[in-house]
Amino acid sequence: MSILNTIPEPSRWSRIKKSKIGYSFRSNPVAVVSMCIFVCITIMALLAPLIAPFDPYDPAQIDIMNSEYPPVWIDGADPQFLFGTDDQGRDLWSTILYGTRLSLMIGLCAVTLQAVIGISIGLISGYVGGRLDSLLMRLADIQLSFSTLMVAIIFLAVAQAMFGSELFSRYAIYFLIAVIGVSEWPQYARTVRATVLAEKKKEYVDSARVLGFGPLRIMVRHILPNSLSPIFVISTVQVANAIISEASLSFLGLGMPPSQPSLGSLISSGFDYIFSGSWWITAIPGVVLVVLVLVINLLGDWLRDVLNPKLHKG
Amino acid sequence: MSLLSVRDLTVKFAMRDGNVTALNQVSFDLARGERLGIVGESGAGKSITGFSLMNLLSSPGYIADGTIQFQGQDIVNLPDAKMRNIRGNRMAMIFQDPMVTLNPVLTIGQQMVETLKAHRRLSKAEAEQIAIMKLRQVYIPSPEERLMQYPHELSGGMRQRIVIAIVLLLDPELIIADEPTTALDVTIQADIMELLLELCQSAKVGLILITHDLGVVSQMTDRTLVMYAGRIIEAGSTREIINDPQHPYTQGLINALPQQTAPGQRLKQIPGSMPSLTAVPKGCPFEPRCAFATDVCRSTPPEIVRHAHVEVACHEVNRLHAPQQEGQSA
Amino acid sequence: MTMSANETPLLELRKLEKRFELDQGFLETLKFRGGKFVREKRDVHAVNGVSLQVTRGEALCVVGESGCGKSTVARLIAGLLTPSSGEIHYEGTRIDDKSRHDLLPMRKKMQMIFQNPYASLNPRMTIKQALEEPVRYHNRALSRGDVEAKVADVMQSVGVDPSWMGRYPHEFSGGQRQRIAIARALTVDPEFIIADEPISALDVSIQAQVLNLMLEAKEQRGLTYLFITHDLSVVQHFGTRVAVLYLGSVCELSDTATLFENPKHPYTKALLSAVPQLKDDKPSHIRLKGEIPTPINLPQGCPFQSRCAHANARCMSETPRPLTQPDGSMVACHGVEEDRLLS
Repeated sequence: MSILNTIPEPSRWSRIKKSKIGYSFRSNPVAVVSMCIFVCITIMALLAPLIAPFDPYDPAQIDIMNSEYPPVWIDGADPQFLFGTDDQGRDLWSTILYGTRLSLMIGLCAVTLQAVIGISIGLISGYVGGRLDSLLMRLADIQLSFSTLMVAIIFLAVAQAMFGSELFSRYAIYFLIAVIGVSEWPQYARTVRATVLAEKKKEYVDSARVLGFGPLRIMVRHILPNSLSPIFVISTVQVANAIISEASLSFLGLGMPPSQPSLGSLISSGFDYIFSGSWWITAIPGVVLVVLVLVINLLGDWLRDVLNPKLHKG
Repeated sequence: MSLLSVRDLTVKFAMRDGNVTALNQVSFDLARGERLGIVGESGAGKSITGFSLMNLLSSPGYIADGTIQFQGQDIVNLPDAKMRNIRGNRMAMIFQDPMVTLNPVLTIGQQMVETLKAHRRLSKAEAEQIAIMKLRQVYIPSPEERLMQYPHELSGGMRQRIVIAIVLLLDPELIIADEPTTALDVTIQADIMELLLELCQSAKVGLILITHDLGVVSQMTDRTLVMYAGRIIEAGSTREIINDPQHPYTQGLINALPQQTAPGQRLKQIPGSMPSLTAVPKGCPFEPRCAFATDVCRSTPPEIVRHAHVEVACHEVNRLHAPQQEGQSA
Repeated sequence: MTMSANETPLLELRKLEKRFELDQGFLETLKFRGGKFVREKRDVHAVNGVSLQVTRGEALCVVGESGCGKSTVARLIAGLLTPSSGEIHYEGTRIDDKSRHDLLPMRKKMQMIFQNPYASLNPRMTIKQALEEPVRYHNRALSRGDVEAKVADVMQSVGVDPSWMGRYPHEFSGGQRQRIAIARALTVDPEFIIADEPISALDVSIQAQVLNLMLEAKEQRGLTYLFITHDLSVVQHFGTRVAVLYLGSVCELSDTATLFENPKHPYTKALLSAVPQLKDDKPSHIRLKGEIPTPINLPQGCPFQSRCAHANARCMSETPRPLTQPDGSMVACHGVEEDRLLS
C-alpha cells in the first residue's frame, strides 16, 4: 500500500539484487578494504611456492646457524630474511606464507565439512519435523554444550596417543579438518533448520507438493536455494572461527607439527623465545592471523547487513 | 473556511537512481464534518496522501512542493513539536493493522491513559473515566474489564474498535482511516464502518477514508477522489462518480466489478496494470491501458477540469462520454 | 447443475474432519488444575464433518469468514494435510489414505492455485524453470523441444508473453505472477482445480483479468473448480453452487442463484447483508452478536448459536443436520427446519 509495492520485491540471486549487492559493496569502504586485504592474503598464500624465497619444508634449505635473525628494519638483520628467521633458522616470511596457506586451507575445508553435515541435517530436521527433528536438534544441543576446543583437545590428544606422534604429525591436517568440521556442524544445522521452517510455510513449497514432487527434490531444488543467504553469512564467521580454532589447537601443540607450521604453530614455536628478545617469531604471524580473521569477520558483517531482508528499504 | 485544504501536493522519493514522484500535484479540500473517500489501487498514492497529511512521511519520501492547510495553518513546514500537538490531538489516523497503533506490551487502559495525559492535564482517574466513556461509545462490552487487557487478548474486530476509541479520545476534528477494515471479515467490516459513520456524523468529525473498495466508499462518503499513478484523475460527489463516472479508468474500475456483469459472463476487464512509479508515461498515466487514447493523450498530461458534475483529468472526456452510460445499473 | 443419481461425483468429501493439536510436546499438555497435574490436550477443530460433492464441470464456491476452515478444506483435498477422520474420494477412489507415490497419477488431474502470487512461485527459479519442472516430472518421456513447446503454449493461453521465460518472478506484477501460477498448474493438464482465494491479494482491475482467465480456462479445458473465497460478489459471478462454511461446518449449500435470491440460514443472510454495495438501495445490514468463537472450544449444539438472533433451547443442545429444502438447497438450521425464521 505504498511505494514499496511498485518496486519489485527484493528477491535474491537476481540481476537487481546483484546490482544491489554491488552498489552496497562499492559504497561501503570497510567492505572494499577488507575484500582487498583478504584477496591479497589469499593470493599470496596460494602462490606461496612461487613467491617465497625459501621452502620451509625443505630441510636442506634450513641452516640452524641462521636462527633468530631479526627483521630487516632492526639492527643486526640479514637482508636476505625480510621478516627475520625463527628459532630453527627458517625464513619467517616464507614460513608465514606457507603457514597462511595451511591455515586457510584447513579453515575452508573444515567449514565445507561443517556445511555439508550441518546443511543436510538442518534440511532434514526442518523439513521432516516431528520426532526426527527433536532428536537431531537435541543432538545439536548436546554437541553445542561442549566447547569446540574441549572436544577437539580430547579428540586430538587421544588420537595423538593412539597413533603416536610420528603418524599423527603426518596426518595432522586431516585430523584437524575432521575435528573442527565435526564439532561445529550444529551452527549450520540450526541456522538452516530455522530458515527451512520459515520457507516451508511459503506457498511455493505447497505448490511443489501439490505437483507431486518428492521430499528430496523439494528440499534440494526449492527450499535450499532460498536458504542460501544465512548460509553465506555464517560461512564467513565459521571460516574465521575455524582458522582461530586451528591456530589455538596448534598453539597448544595438538595441531600442525613444527616441521609444517601453520600460523598457530608458528606463534606457538616463537612463544618460548619472546623473552629472549626474539619477539618477531610470535608477533608477525600473530598480526597476520589477526588481520586475516578481522577482514573475514568484517566481510561477514557487511554480508549480513546486505542479505538481511529486514534492513531492505525501498 | 475549510477544515483541510491541500494544494499542489507533490511527494517524491529519493531513490538510488534519481527521484520518483509518488504524488503529483494533488489538490483537494475537506469541509468540517465532511467524509471524503480516496480510492485507487495499490501504488496509486492514496496511502502516501494519508501519510503526508499527518506529516508522517519518512525518508526517503519527502514533500517536494505544495501546501497542506489545516484550519488555515500550513502544516508542511511546521516544527515537529507543534505538529505532534496537532497529530493525535486534532487529527488522527487509523491504520489497516490495529497493531500499528496498539503497543503489545501495554494494557488497553495504560495506552489510553497515556495518550490522554500526553495532551491534556488530567489525573489518572479522570483519564480512565474518559477512556471508559469512549470505549462505550464504540460499543465495547464491559469496558472496565477491557482496560486491564492486552491487545493480543482481543479479536481483530475488537482491536480495531479500540483503535477507534483511542483515536476519539482527544476529540479530533479530522480522522484519516487507511484501509481500516481490509484485514477484517465482511460482517465485522460492516459493523466497524457503521460505527465510524455514526461517530463522524454525530460529532461532525471530518473523515478521509482511504480504500480500494468502491462499495465501502459508496456507503461511507460524501465525496470521492479517484487516484491513479500518484494523481487525482477524478473528483466529485460519491453518488455522481459511482452512478456516472467520467474518467475511463473510473468507468473501467466500476465495470470490472463482478456485480456489473451477468453471472458466468466475462467481466469487463481493464487491460494491463498500473505503471510503476519509476516508469509513468509522459502523457496521461492511464493512456497505455485506455481504449480511447489519442495522440494528445500520449504527449501531454491532462489537466483536471470540471466536466458535468465532477472534475476529471482526461483529454477525451467529451468524446467518450455520451454513449458509454448504458447498462450501468445492475 | 442438477446431478443424476447414478453419476459418480468428481470429488466427494464424506464427514471430513480436521483437528490441529494445539499442545504438541508432552510438557505442554501438562496442566496444573485444582492442586494436581493433569494431562490435557487442546485441539483446534478446523473442519467438523464436512460432506460435499463436486460434479464434473461445475464451479463450487466455498465461502466463509476467516477461521471458518475453508482453506483447511482446500488443503485437505489437495493432500497438503491429512484428515483426522472422514474420507475424500476422487472419481470414486479414496485418495486421503494413499501414499505420495500412489497419488502421483492423481496429481496430474488435480491442481491448486494459491492466494499469494508473491509467495507461490519459487523466487530463485526463472519462469521457464518453474513451468518446465512439472512437465518434465510428470512426463519423463517428453523431448526437450516438446517440453518447451508445451510451456510456451500454456504461457500463451494465460496471456503471458513466452519471450519473458528467462525472467524471475519478482520482475512481474502481482497479476502476471498469478497468471504464471495458473499456468504452472495448467502445465500438467488437470481436470480439477482447487483455487484458494486466488484473487484476493490482487488489485480490483487485476481481479477481473484473473477471473476472466479462469473462466476461459474452464470453458476451453472443461475444468472443474473448487473456489475458496470470502468475497461474495465473486461467488455470485463465478460459482455454480455455493457452500457457506461457519466454524468448520457447512451451514448452507445451494445453487448460486437460489442462495443470493433466497438465503435461508441466518448466517448466510447476515453475510449477504454485510457486503458493501455500490448502489444505495439495500437495507442496512443484519448485525450479529459478538464475534466468531475460537474453534478451540466449539459451542454446544449449533455452531452459530452463540451469535444467532433466533437461537432457542434446541439450538443450544442439538447440532442441526443438513436438510434438503424444497428448492434444492441444503440448510443446517433448526429454525429453518421448524419454519420459525419468518421475520
